Amino acid sequence: MSATDVTFDPLVIAGRELRSRLLLGTGGFRSLEAIAEAIGASGTELVTVALRRIDPDARGSIVDVLESAGVQLLPNTAGCFTARDAVLTAKLAREAFGTDWIKLEVIGDDRTLLPDAPALLDAAEELVDAGFVVLPYTNDDPILARRLEDVGCAAVMPLGSPIGSGMGLLNTYNLRLIRERAGVPVILDAGVGTASDAALAMELGFDAVLCASAVSRAEDPVAMARAVRLGVEGGRLAYRAGRIPRRLHAQASTPEEGVAEF
Amino acid sequence: MTIVLNGERRELPPGTTVRALIDGLGVPGGERGVAIAVDAEVVPRGEWETTELDDGARVEVLRAIQGG
Repeated sequence: MSATDVTFDPLVIAGRELRSRLLLGTGGFRSLEAIAEAIGASGTELVTVALRRIDPDARGSIVDVLESAGVQLLPNTAGCFTARDAVLTAKLAREAFGTDWIKLEVIGDDRTLLPDAPALLDAAEELVDAGFVVLPYTNDDPILARRLEDVGCAAVMPLGSPIGSGMGLLNTYNLRLIRERAGVPVILDAGVGTASDAALAMELGFDAVLCASAVSRAEDPVAMARAVRLGVEGGRLAYRAGRIPRRLHAQASTPEEGVAEF
Repeated sequence: MTIVLNGERRELPPGTTVRALIDGLGVPGGERGVAIAVDAEVVPRGEWETTELDDGARVEVLRAIQGG
C-alpha cells in the first residue's frame, strides 16, 4: 500500500475497523428521514444517539433508522453534569443498545458546555473498569488527554471549539500537542462549522472527526454531509501525502536554468 | 403505593413489577432502545419480570433520541 492509497486506510478503535473517518452526531436534524439521508451522504459507520425520558408523543424510532442504515451506534452521556450521572447513563445505554461503547460527556456548565475535567477523568476511569470502550469528549488540554489515555480510554476526543459554536479549531497548537503525544486515536469532537474545519483537523494528523450541528443545522444537511466527508478524506490524504514546509520567501517552481537572454 | 416515574408521582397497586409498569405505559416505537433505572440502579431487561417496585421508588424510563 502506498502512503497515498486511500482505498484502504481504516480507522481502528479498540480493535474495530472503520472505513470512514467521519463520525456523525444525530442532534439537530429536522427528521429521522433527514438523518438517514445524511448518513448515506456522509459515508459514516459510527453514529451517536442519546437517552432521554420517554415521550408518549414521540413518533418513529431512531434505533430502527440507524439499524437499517447499517451503522454502529455510539451512545452518549450528553446532559450529564456529574460523574455519577454519566456513569449511570452509560450503564443504561449499554442496556438499551447492547453496546459497551460510550461517548463520555461530563459537562461543566450550560453556558459553555465545556467538559468538567476532574469529573470526566473520574467517570472515564470508572467506566473503563466496568468494561466500557470509553471515547471521552475532552478539552483541548494535552495533559488531560494524556491522563484520559492513561486510565484506559480507547480514544480521546478534544474539542476544536464549544459544541454547536461552529468556530472551527481555535487552538491548533494544543491540538497538535495532543496528537503528537497520543497513543490512541484522536478524534476532533465539536466546533466543526464547515468542511474546511474537518479538513484542517485531518491535516493536523487527527484520526477522525465527529460532526453534528455543522451537518444537521446546515441549510442543506445532505450536501453538507457530503462536503464534510470530502473534507475529511481530502485532509487525511493531504496529511499522509506530506505537505511542503512553509517558507518566508518564494521558491520558483519553474527551473531557472536555460532561461533565454534577450 | 406511590412511585415517582420520570419525575412525576404515580399510584400503582402494591407489588407492581417493572414489566407491568412498562406494559401499562405503552412505550412508543417499541421497547428496543429502552432502559430503566430504579433508585439510580440499572434494571437489566432480563429482570423486568421479577423486579417489584417498592413504595417511594424513583423510576426512570429512558429511550433513544437524537443527540450528540
